[in-house]
Amino acid sequence: MTASDDYDGPILEIEDLSISFFTRLREIPAVMDFSCKVMPGEAMGLVGESGCGKSTVALGVMQDLGVNGRVVGGTIKFKGRDLGKMSMEELRDLRGSEIAMIYQEPMASLNPAMKIGKQLMEVPMIHQGASKEEAYARALEVVTDVKLPDPKRMLNSFPHQLSGGQQQRIVIAMALMSKPSLLILDEPTTALDVTVEAAVVDLVKELGEKYGTSMLFISHNLGLVLETCDRLCVMYSGEAVETGSIEDVFDQMQHPYTQALFRSIPLPGADKNSRPLVAIPGNFPLPHERPPGCNFGPRCDYFEEGRCNAQNIPMTSVKGFDRHRSRCLRFEEIDWDAPLAAVVTNAKSEPGEVILKMDNLKKYYEVSANALFGGSKKVVKANETLSFEAREGETLAIVGESGCGKSTFAKVLMGLETATDGGITLDGASIGDVPIEARGTDLVRSVQMVFQNPFDTLNPSMTVGNQIIRALEIFKIGKTEGERRSRMLELLDLVKLPREFAGRMPRQLSGGQKQRVGIARAFAGGARIVVADEPVSALDVSVQAAVTDLLMEIQREEKTTLLFISHDLSIVRYLSDRVMVMYLGHVVEMGDTDQVFSPPYHPYTEALLSAVPIADTSIEKEHIVLEGDIPSAMNPPSGCPFQTRCRWKDQVPGGLCDKEVPPMRRLAEGHEVKCHLSDEILARMTPVIKIAAE
Amino acid sequence: MAFFLLRRLGVMLITAICLTFIVFFMTNLHPNLEKLAKTQGNFRMTDEAVNSFLERNGYTQPLAVKYGEWIGVLPSHRDTDDEGKVTGRCIQPGMDAEEAPEYCGILQGNWGYSTVFKEPVEDIIGKRLALTGKLMFWVMMLMVPGALILGVLAGMREGSRTDRSLSTLSISMTATPEYVSGVLFIAIFSSSAVGLKWFKGTATSAMEDANLENFLLPVVTIALYGMGYIARMTRASMAEVMTSQYIRTARLKGVSFPNIVMKHALRNALIAPFTVIMLQFPWLLNGVVIVETIFNYKGFGWTLVQAAGNNDIELLMAVSVVSVIVVLVTQLISDIGYVYLNPRIRLS
Amino acid sequence: MEPLSTFQVILKILLILTPVWIGLAAIFALSITYKRRLGLFGKLFDSPIGMIGFALVMFWVLVAVMGGPLDMLVTHDALGQVSGMKNKVPGTPLAGAEEGEYAWYLLGGDNLARDVFSRVIKGSWIVVQIAPLATVFAFMVGITLGLPAAYYGGKLDTVISFLANLILAFPVILLFYLLVTPEIVETGLPSYMAMCLFVFPLIFLFLLLNSKFHTRPALRTPLLIGVLGVGLWLYFSLISDKGTPVSFMPSWLDLFDIPGGILVIFVSVVFVNSPTVFRIVRGLALDIKTRDYVAAAQTRGEGAWYIMLWEILPNTRGPLIVDFCLRIGYTTILLGTLGFFGLGMPPESPDWGSTINEGRKLLSIYLHPALPPAIALLTLVLGLNLLADGLREESLKD
Repeated sequence: MTASDDYDGPILEIEDLSISFFTRLREIPAVMDFSCKVMPGEAMGLVGESGCGKSTVALGVMQDLGVNGRVVGGTIKFKGRDLGKMSMEELRDLRGSEIAMIYQEPMASLNPAMKIGKQLMEVPMIHQGASKEEAYARALEVVTDVKLPDPKRMLNSFPHQLSGGQQQRIVIAMALMSKPSLLILDEPTTALDVTVEAAVVDLVKELGEKYGTSMLFISHNLGLVLETCDRLCVMYSGEAVETGSIEDVFDQMQHPYTQALFRSIPLPGADKNSRPLVAIPGNFPLPHERPPGCNFGPRCDYFEEGRCNAQNIPMTSVKGFDRHRSRCLRFEEIDWDAPLAAVVTNAKSEPGEVILKMDNLKKYYEVSANALFGGSKKVVKANETLSFEAREGETLAIVGESGCGKSTFAKVLMGLETATDGGITLDGASIGDVPIEARGTDLVRSVQMVFQNPFDTLNPSMTVGNQIIRALEIFKIGKTEGERRSRMLELLDLVKLPREFAGRMPRQLSGGQKQRVGIARAFAGGARIVVADEPVSALDVSVQAAVTDLLMEIQREEKTTLLFISHDLSIVRYLSDRVMVMYLGHVVEMGDTDQVFSPPYHPYTEALLSAVPIADTSIEKEHIVLEGDIPSAMNPPSGCPFQTRCRWKDQVPGGLCDKEVPPMRRLAEGHEVKCHLSDEILARMTPVIKIAAE
Repeated sequence: MAFFLLRRLGVMLITAICLTFIVFFMTNLHPNLEKLAKTQGNFRMTDEAVNSFLERNGYTQPLAVKYGEWIGVLPSHRDTDDEGKVTGRCIQPGMDAEEAPEYCGILQGNWGYSTVFKEPVEDIIGKRLALTGKLMFWVMMLMVPGALILGVLAGMREGSRTDRSLSTLSISMTATPEYVSGVLFIAIFSSSAVGLKWFKGTATSAMEDANLENFLLPVVTIALYGMGYIARMTRASMAEVMTSQYIRTARLKGVSFPNIVMKHALRNALIAPFTVIMLQFPWLLNGVVIVETIFNYKGFGWTLVQAAGNNDIELLMAVSVVSVIVVLVTQLISDIGYVYLNPRIRLS
Repeated sequence: MEPLSTFQVILKILLILTPVWIGLAAIFALSITYKRRLGLFGKLFDSPIGMIGFALVMFWVLVAVMGGPLDMLVTHDALGQVSGMKNKVPGTPLAGAEEGEYAWYLLGGDNLARDVFSRVIKGSWIVVQIAPLATVFAFMVGITLGLPAAYYGGKLDTVISFLANLILAFPVILLFYLLVTPEIVETGLPSYMAMCLFVFPLIFLFLLLNSKFHTRPALRTPLLIGVLGVGLWLYFSLISDKGTPVSFMPSWLDLFDIPGGILVIFVSVVFVNSPTVFRIVRGLALDIKTRDYVAAAQTRGEGAWYIMLWEILPNTRGPLIVDFCLRIGYTTILLGTLGFFGLGMPPESPDWGSTINEGRKLLSIYLHPALPPAIALLTLVLGLNLLADGLREESLKD
């Protein structure tokens, strides 16, 4: 079409880019002095914590910064043409045809009132002037390419009729409609379940190769970047701090932040007792409170007063590497291979008496099939025959994806719902059918919960101190106001927050700090069982380690039983003593951490292990991709809940999987699996994760 | 969908019964009846005479019975006087008691007899409703497109100068109730004091022959107040839609701005205002009453004032029934329209 | 004496309103100085729209307070008739003005020869008194019913929502005609409704304090006795009025009687507004109910009312404050409607609605009796709307 067709230079070339947002009070620099180059067919990863400016870079490339945002310096060149100098018409021609973007929330990025076919067909109709028929044919082709079942029906549906994974595939299809040269993916899988994420990532990689598209992949997940990209760029507080090929940066990092990041994520081999994570101290600086000199300086182990904070630090090439650059003055002086100094290790605590016992717990809900129009009632089996024991001081992890019933289970335990059948006993007393209103103070304060979303866990209109004091009042701790006040301050000490925080409002706290307050509140009454519902999954990587460690530490001191609900197997492997894997309301596998993480597996555990991205180049994973989505709990499959997606299903004779729910089988002491597979097949299973021979 | 409609209709029916019963209860309270008796007889009636009048006409029966008779599900009250003459609601003058139907409530089409207009209520209602219908038609023709255009233009680019001026305009409209704008319009456009005299200050002549001169002011007066409100709703909804992710998707897909507004935003943005327009009806009735009073246009609203002001019980009951039904029907339309506009609900 | 020219009239009015200008200037100077420390209210002064709205509202509040209880700005008795001043145009000098009497009818005389200017000012006091108070009561009713409807859901929600929709489906004007006519007032129906509606603030206060302080009985019991004691006294004084069917308080105990039909008007306005507030509160509470901090309160065993009033309600304050402003405006319009139809208000009343109604009859010849109250009402409601808009915009920012 144009001269750019035979262009063979870099697809995207960003030089010294600075972007600021302007508010009424001040200019907030979001991206500073950012440079990167994406070659044809190359996949570039952009990694960093929230607020580091990685999405702003993407929007800058799209020239869509909104009313307040402005490029204040540098250039963005696409195939040699400066995007900043283009007219609105030229940009519009480029968008969707040459550069396409995929977003985080698939549901939100599709027009709810327009049929999917129409949304897809729009792209070639605008850019290639295609006729309706041509556009439809192209849409059909692409929808087939993204491996959606029944493409014609898909094109004729509205977005809400599809599941999250399917919606994301449609968004990908839309981006590929006119075979763009550059695809920008902004956290494309964050909203999806792990097993669905793995399939989508797979698809993106495959299609990228098929269409020869260059990619800019934005993610906070180092493991995901490892799996998808050729090169990456690590960002911190608006700046690129290190850039290079995946192998160079992962194995021979040249910036303290990259190193700290890797030390704070739970890679295989980390262990809460012998090799604990190292959290990055301090907090992410706010955009208008950045320190002078190196932005990472205040949190850096290698910080040198008078040097690191004296001037702006430029990006410098690392000698001996190809296109490997670091924004550190001292990277040549630092011994990158030095072992971690003086890590505090802890003795493994021995679990004590059984304090919590679940016995064939069942929780069914009755729901109307249709919320608005009423209609027949349906029974949703949120929990099906759940049995386990938890001991004092033990960490039991409950793992599963959305709809597996883990939250329902927590609600029943907390007394927010009562069990349909079966029992829960705490210290020998039955509590399964005692709702929270009927529970005594002792019981209430001994079973507490830490919530997932830090931005939601504290009441925004009450000071931090008052919220903790209120919990103490309710738990009948302390006789006078003064006593409770001093206890509250002690609790703040316990979760390592400064005492001044007592008078602050929640909005003045960062996510990690709020989560600490949440933990303090849960432990206010000396809880014996704490349910932690994904307590760190909404936090940034560097903060996750600190909060996790804090939780572990308090647990060790107070001998609390921790029920740790999570979908993240890495963190589960790191901190739990025992693991329970759930799928669609059923416990499919249960055992010690080692037992669950090594073969024989339940087929679902196996797939889950394979799906979790691991940020370690020395790890080899077996590649297992699950077909389709998680079935709805409203409409579960017959027989074994996992049979619709199981890759071992044909190994079971007689179609047993379709007919019967398998019984819970004991494989070894404390290791149970709900599967029809015969012992010999189970014994043949190989480990999913292998550490490659050095 | 059928089930949904049935349930809505059921709720509607219950609501209508409850509301008419409340009105019936309030209009049939003793002081009202006493006043009725006195206006029918003479103002210096003794209490005894009042009581016997009420008894003769069946007003002393239990409330539920009276209500049933009025609806037409219970046989109507009859009274035999000293001379053996049978009288009752169902027995028209000159009709033999034997031949008269047993039931004659609103279900049978017998809405009663107006004491003020000396006419059967159904005739009055029909005539007046037609007049108000004419008024409302033009109000809707002016108000709905005006409000939508105003709202969409303002919400299209939030925070722009167009937005600021149009928003302020629509806020000013909602701040001007009909009795203020009506008075202002008459003062400016038809009083001899200002002297423009472009339009007429009364709309009485518009009842037979509506033209710009005698009909524009009342129509504009009602339309403006509602227009501001709907425009603000549309603006809010439009502004929200314009910041949503799927609009960004469309923009970054290369869709031009006019097409984004027309194809992607408009339908989603109209869901909320549609409900609002329909729920405006109870308010519009307010406006109708005020405007018909100011401009002396003898429609439904004017009838309401006459009936309520003169204790014309049967006419007032009929007015309430009609207005309650109008309100409920529009609510139903709003529900159905909402479901239709929003595929998320339609197809789940 | 010569009649005043238009320019002189404006000048004289501005002069008379001097205390109001001083008050306004003081309020603005203080607010702008400390705007960074005043939270949402302070942010209002960043928005031109909000400032204009606030200025308009404060103008009328100051006029009302100074002209009403302080009796400062009015030039003549609002009810007094001066012979020869009937329908006289603005600026007409008073025939035979006595010593110490203001010499002009600045905005002319109405059809009963009363001073339009003074009546507008006296009328503002009626609005400024009733509209916010009625809105507060409507909010109490709406909140006390809306929170449990959203929180518990189920049957309770269905029943209350049905009742609310019932009232909402009722044409407002018809309701007024039914409630406010003398015959209905005679039956005592409005007084009984007042008994029901006005008990809500007491219930609200009781629940609010009890749910928070039940963990500290030593503080709670005296606090509740004190607050409820005063509350009940006010409540009984409010509902017990001589000459209505509800009149039981001995006069030495009865703090105040609500004059004339004001109580009836008050009741109707609260009654009409409550269902809308209910719907708003219910909608907001349904949203906030799903937050984790509500779950956290539940898991620590808090009572339902504590969760509703201390965890949910404070976090709905943004939209509720905005709606509060809008609703005062709407109530002002309703009061005007009532006056316009001559419902409830005493016939001599200087309230704006009644004045507009009287003035409109001669509108084609004399503009001046109807226009000032119309413009007054317009500016007050406009001010409230602009204020609400400014608040909404600022609360969404940052």
